[in-house]
Amino acid sequence: MSAVAPDTHLPATGGARVPPPAPRSKPPGTLVVVAALLRKELLVELRTLESVPGMSLFAVSTFVVFHFALNRSSVDGDLAAGVLWVTLLFAAMLGVNRLFVADAEQGGFDGFLLAPVDRSAMLAAKVLALLAYLIVLELVAVPAFGLLLLGPSLGHALPGLLAVLALADVGIAVIGTLIAALAVRTRARDLLGPLLALPLLVPVVIGAARASSPLLALGGHGGVGGVPIKWLATLGLYDLVFGLIVYAVFEFLLED
Amino acid sequence: MAGHGVTTIAPRPSSPGTGDLEDEPALRLDGLTRNYGEREALSDVSLSLETGRTLVVFGPNGAGKTTLLRVLATLLRPHSGDVEVLGCSLPEDAWAVRGRIGLLGHEPLLYRELTARENLRFHARLHGVEQARVQELLEAIGMTDRAEEPLRTLSRGMVQRVAVARAVLHAPALLLLDEPYANLDPAAIGLVAGLIGAQSARTRVVCSHNPAGGLAEADLVLGLRAGRPVLLCAAADVGPGEIAELYR
Repeated sequence: MSAVAPDTHLPATGGARVPPPAPRSKPPGTLVVVAALLRKELLVELRTLESVPGMSLFAVSTFVVFHFALNRSSVDGDLAAGVLWVTLLFAAMLGVNRLFVADAEQGGFDGFLLAPVDRSAMLAAKVLALLAYLIVLELVAVPAFGLLLLGPSLGHALPGLLAVLALADVGIAVIGTLIAALAVRTRARDLLGPLLALPLLVPVVIGAARASSPLLALGGHGGVGGVPIKWLATLGLYDLVFGLIVYAVFEFLLED
Repeated sequence: MAGHGVTTIAPRPSSPGTGDLEDEPALRLDGLTRNYGEREALSDVSLSLETGRTLVVFGPNGAGKTTLLRVLATLLRPHSGDVEVLGCSLPEDAWAVRGRIGLLGHEPLLYRELTARENLRFHARLHGVEQARVQELLEAIGMTDRAEEPLRTLSRGMVQRVAVARAVLHAPALLLLDEPYANLDPAAIGLVAGLIGAQSARTRVVCSHNPAGGLAEADLVLGLRAGRPVLLCAAADVGPGEIAELYR
């Protein structure tokens, strides 16, 4: 009997006051579940500060490195757009890599899968959470870019840049969520995440950089009218196509 | 030891909280097999358990107990055999049985950075349960005074109590319990016994390593070794000595 654990027996009776059984509940609507998941996601990030501060610090540090490595006091046009979007992309990867870690390590996946809810609610909540992280990142990184590297006035470029940022963020969030869900169940998730995500995100970076380039050029047109419609449409179409693909496959990624 | 085959245990006279399936077996397994790669984690498990009854599963570490619970919880797909849980065929009708199962495994399925109350509220929202139920359960498990502290600051026993509350939050018809009293002191066991013990009067599948304690709870006993059923009989027909043989 030495192999038998001594202290895990099942008592026949207990002295506790037991609450009456809950009435049979109705499965919650998808919006309620998305809101619950998103709230949980943001609460966990607020308590741990594992993603957003790291992403922001990485972006600012990278701009400082570019400032010295390029040996130029300012950049504009194609170079400025390239520096901005490559930096934002790599900073975003830090958040993508951590997106499902708490769920995988603390049983959140199983808790969610046991609930009678639409699986796509988790996709929506994760995309929204990653979008929120990207917005905070850009609230820090874009002004820092304007201060440290950008030659033309950032204020002049901002209206058009906001449209590009919005479309590119949706693409990064959708593709990042797909890749994060794929990679989190593997041992090499820190390596696999960027390896899978970066090729899929190259079109987003191309579209965003091309769309931003005229905005960041010296004497460029800063308003939304200055953004090449072709590249905005490309970004929008890419977001839509990948949104549909991720919606179609996400449930399979969660299940056994 | 008994051979394995389909064994049916008659239902108890009353089974509150078990919903509208009083005449259906809560579980029906026929040739259930589940592999991990080349390795058979469960092989040819067949049994039937009536509503309101308790199946206790014994077996050494790695025998397949947790895998069995995860298949029944719809978290793993059976690779062959027929599996019916609460009248629903798995994996086809898994969606219909989710929300009627309470799983208490080795992992508490709770977020360490959230408080006990926040965790239970989160699960209440996922299951469409009234928030008032959260307070009821916090009182039942004696955690009202620590309900606002993050789980990472609580002892393992306290986290286990919150996990018990999480498992019964939505009044599941079937409880799947993997060593449910691990990490709990006697007082805590008394607190949670009403929720997951015999007096919960729910259909239960319990994994245990304790022959005497497990048999006291069981209506039906399943012994597993290396994923294979080596013992399947009514609890009255087996003694602690035969159970202990499984571990040798």
